[in-house]
This record gives sequence, C-alpha cells and structure tokens, in this order.
Amino acid sequence: MTDAALPRPAVVSLRQRLARRGIDATTLLVLPAVLTILALFVYPFIEGLVLSFLPRKGGTWANYAKFFSDPFLWQTIPTTLAISVPATFANILLSIPVALRVRKMRRQRFLTTILVIPITLGTVLVAEGLLNYLGPQGWLNRMLLGIGLVDHPVRLVHNYWGVFWSLVIAGFPFTFLLTLSYVSGIDPNLEKAAATLGAGPRARFRTILLPLMASGLTITFCLSFVQAFAVFPSAVLVGAPAGSTRVISIAAFQAAYETYDDSMASAIAMIMAAIQLAIVVLVLMGRGFLYRGPAAGGKG
Amino acid sequence: MATLSKDFRELRLDHVQRDFGNFNALKGITLNIARGEFVALLGPSGCGKSTALNCIAGLLPLTGGTISLDDTRIDTLSPEQRGFGMVFQNYALFPHMTVAKNVGFGLAMRGEPKAKIAAKVAEALRLVRLDGQAEKLPGQLSGGQQQRVAIARAITIEPPLVMMDEPLSNLDAKLRLEMRAEIRRIHSLLGSATIYVTHDQDEALSLADRIVVMRLGEVRQVGTPEELYARPQTPDVAEFMGYRNMLPGRLAAPAAGGRVAAEVGGASCAGTPVGALVPGAVTLAIRPDDLSPRDDGPFAAKVEQVEYRGRAFFGIATTEGGAELHFRSADRVTPGTALRLGADPDRVLIYGGAS
Repeated sequence: MTDAALPRPAVVSLRQRLARRGIDATTLLVLPAVLTILALFVYPFIEGLVLSFLPRKGGTWANYAKFFSDPFLWQTIPTTLAISVPATFANILLSIPVALRVRKMRRQRFLTTILVIPITLGTVLVAEGLLNYLGPQGWLNRMLLGIGLVDHPVRLVHNYWGVFWSLVIAGFPFTFLLTLSYVSGIDPNLEKAAATLGAGPRARFRTILLPLMASGLTITFCLSFVQAFAVFPSAVLVGAPAGSTRVISIAAFQAAYETYDDSMASAIAMIMAAIQLAIVVLVLMGRGFLYRGPAAGGKG
Repeated sequence: MATLSKDFRELRLDHVQRDFGNFNALKGITLNIARGEFVALLGPSGCGKSTALNCIAGLLPLTGGTISLDDTRIDTLSPEQRGFGMVFQNYALFPHMTVAKNVGFGLAMRGEPKAKIAAKVAEALRLVRLDGQAEKLPGQLSGGQQQRVAIARAITIEPPLVMMDEPLSNLDAKLRLEMRAEIRRIHSLLGSATIYVTHDQDEALSLADRIVVMRLGEVRQVGTPEELYARPQTPDVAEFMGYRNMLPGRLAAPAAGGRVAAEVGGASCAGTPVGALVPGAVTLAIRPDDLSPRDDGPFAAKVEQVEYRGRAFFGIATTEGGAELHFRSADRVTPGTALRLGADPDRVLIYGGAS
C-alpha cells in the first residue's frame, strides 16, 4: 500500500499529531510527579554539584583535592564500605533461606507484617533498642553479670558490630521482602520437575533456584547496599563515630553543621553518590551475564 | 541415584490416602499397574487424579496406605530417589537452560559423563522430532515444541514409570491430536509404563490400555476403553463417559441381563439392564449419538435447538414432561418441530436407583 493510494486528510491537527505519539490530556497527569522529582531531587542535586565546585578557598577542584589528600576524610570511604558491604551480604544470605521457607507457609501475610515493622521504626528506634538491650547497662549484660558468666559488661555496642547489627535489623525486612517476591515468582513446578529428575534439595537450589533468583538478588543487593552505604544515625548512636564507624555521612554532616562549609559538604555528598553509582553500575554490569528471563517454565 | 529398575513387574497402590486437613482428596485408592502398561486416570477436576499422580511421584506424602514397586515399598522414598519421569501440565521446563540442558538434566544429576549425556540427549530429541532445536531456550519454542521437550526430558532418564499430568490441556485442538499420536508412538517405542492423567474422555479412550475412572477421591471403575465406553458400571461413570441423557424411569418387574422395558414419562422404553435390577426407580442412560428421530421412538418431544456438526445435526429437544433430550439426526431438523426420538435397546443402559 502506497501513500498515493490513500486519500490524505488536508489538515492534521496538532491534537491528532500528539495523539499519534501517545500524548493526550491524560499525559498531563504525570506533571505533579515530574515537578516533585525536579523540585526535590534534580534541583538539589544540581545545586549541590555546582556548590561543590565553589570552595571557600582554592580552585574549582579544591574540595575534592582536600578530601582525597586528608586521610581523616578519605578513610571514611573504606570504613563505610567495610560496614555496608558485609551488612548487605549478611542481609541477603539471611533472606534467602527465610524467603524459601516463608514461600511455603500459609500465614505469609502475618509473618510479613511482623517483619515489616522494623522498616517503619527507622534506624533511630532500632539503635535505641540495641542500646537498651545490648548496652553496658542492657538486660543482656546484666543477665551475664547476674549469672556470673562475665566480670564486667561485654562491649556489644559503640563499635563496628553495633552498627553492623543495626543495619542488619533495619535492612533485613527490606531485603527479605524483595527476595521473597523473587522467590515467589519461581514456578514451584520447576523444583518438583527437578526432584523427579533426581535432583536433591542442594542440587535443586544450585541448579534451579539460585540461577533464577540471581538477577533479582543483584537488584536487591544494589538497593540494600545504597541504603546501608548512607548509614548515619546508627553509626553515631550505636557505633564509634570518631573511630571504627566514622562513615562518610558523618564526614558530610561535620562539614555541613560543625564547620559550616556547605561547599565541602556538597563535595562529600557528590563523592558518596559517585561511589554508590559506581558500585551499582558494576553490579548491574555483572547482572548482564545472568539469566534474566521469566522464572516460569512454559505456559502458565 | 536411580535405584529403581525399569524391569519391574508391577506398581502397586494399596489403599492410598491423602487428606488435606479435613478434606479427603484420596479415599483409599487400590490399583495395580503392570510393566509397559498405559493407564489413564480419568475424572472431572477435583476428583483426586492429580493428587494420586503426585503421590506416586513422591511430590506429596501419603496420609495412609502404601505404594510398592514389586516387593520394594517406595512411598517413603523422596521423589529424587524414585526416579519416575514426570511431564507437567505447564511443562515446567527450566527457563534458564537450553533445550539440551533441560533434556540432559536428569542424566547430569546422576553424574553421567558428558559424552554419554550428549548422545542420549541427541537421541531423545530425535525421538520427539526436535533435532536442531537443542541450543534454544524454552521461551523461544512454541507450545507443542515445549511439550515435546518436557516429554524428552522425562524419558531420557529411562524411568520405570512415566507420568503425565494433563499434558495436552494447554495446546490447541489440532496440536492436541498430533501430540496424542506422538505420545502413543513414543510409548510403543520405549515401552515404559505410563500413567496419564486427563479429564478428556477422548484422550483417555484413544491412548490408554486401561482407564481408571475416578470421582470424589475414589476409583469408580477400571476397565479397557471398550468396556468403559460400552458398559459403564454406574450412572455417574456413564454420565462422565458421554451418556448425556440420564432419564428417571420405573421398572415393573425384576431384571438381570437380557432386555427389559422401563416406563419413562408415560412411554415404555426398551433397554439393557446393568447388573441386577429390582422393581422401582431406575435411571436410563443414552448417548446423544444413539438417540435419533424414528417414528416408533418412545419419546415425543419438541426440538429446541439444532447445531450442525459436519456429518450430522445435533439437537436438544424437550419432552412434555420437561426433560431435555440430546439427540443426533442425519437430516436437518428445524427448531419447533415435534418428533419422536428413540434408540437401539442395546444402547440404552438401565441402572438401578434414581440418578
């Protein structure tokens, strides 16, 4: 069929041309969302980026040069990674078996509700709880002292492990819910088929479940990692903010609210964003090697 | 891993029960399946046929009874220890593995050498006529091809028993007929005992050596396709085997064998009694195929609907008493016509009791 064979309408209105591209009055409904993103995310980000290149003294890159030449500052990067990466892995490793079990339970919603509560509490309340339970005057230490197992309180918080556990407690429900959704998406018949073909539980996990979850787990890793990397309240409350848990967000906070150097604080925030982005991109590139198709075999 | 031999004599289900809470999905099934036999479990949905299959495969633990293969009790073994091949209704192909990997999965789990797996996979793919598709992912295949992969995967492990759970229900009508012939061909080539679950009586009749009709968790009748088609033992089996006209009647004198006449809605209809009958309420079962217009027919009825189905017309007519009759006519009949319907007394089955 050629164009010449078709009677051409004389005038195509603007409305028709837009409609052809899928734009109509309904499209306007995205405006509030776009405005919100622009106002709350894009604008502050650009503002911060610009601000980071306008240091109090020195050239354009002075803030970045200062950050990477001062060990007190740049060492916050390995410190943050040393907490956030293991905490993320711990969450995922813990989520997988729990999700595999919960998937087969009938009262899933009740359990899920219980597990979601820590998300709503926020890290501050979790940190409070940890202090109350595990602190020097917490019930655990009192009990240990009471039964004479230890002479003086065991140091469980105000160190690396305090922050680590608070990240696991606060991050687990999120990681778990994501993992559960991926696990639930796997057709249970696949496992049954593997069983009838001679695969025991371990082999089924290795050959069927893990490969089908892997792609989802990388996304889970990225999201959980980004959360853990930005750890701040628990690093201050249950960590050792001057020492082993001096994370990058503490450095940014001090620049902004202790030395009132907005420019430096912005630079640190940008560095933080760059590291998160780099790790997420690396992980997602690795995801390219994994199977990403549907997790059900054949027609449903 | 494969500890069970392909050369068994008999698989025995002895009062197999399966409860889900208070619901008895299987109420004590007893059944023997001989080596090489093709058995169809036939029944409406919810009759327990899939539950029975899952119990045999080891995917559902029993709540009573035993399953044994010759003298070995197997109901305590895990599915991977039983090593029965299973074809799932939705195929359950591993979506992340190529066709070759899917088909070779069972052998790989048994730790067979790669060269042997490759040879067996090629052989199985040839058998199901899928050579050349080995490196594709299941998602790239059509429904019929996926079905063939599922069958190939189940038979490469040379299982003592192959189980199929409504394997054709997701295919279109034409493909279903093709795959039916294919399944029959593969079964005759391999000779492994096969249990085939279906709710489609045509499939069961055309494939099976023996049909087990199930209903409400019980076995209602076991027999050859011919026996089930011609002589269903109970009215509910008859109804399921395509006897759509189930008419309430009365019998004046006791009867056993031969031919008797029952009174139906004022008319007298001759038929064949199934089992011994006592005077009183009876149920007459007639296939639509066997009921057709004839001048001496016992049922006077008015045609309500007519459907043309190629070789003949199929219609629904209502008697004066309000009963619906499904009939077949070689000639065109028009709705609204009054006619008399009748059947060959050999094809009218009379069961004791009301339906």
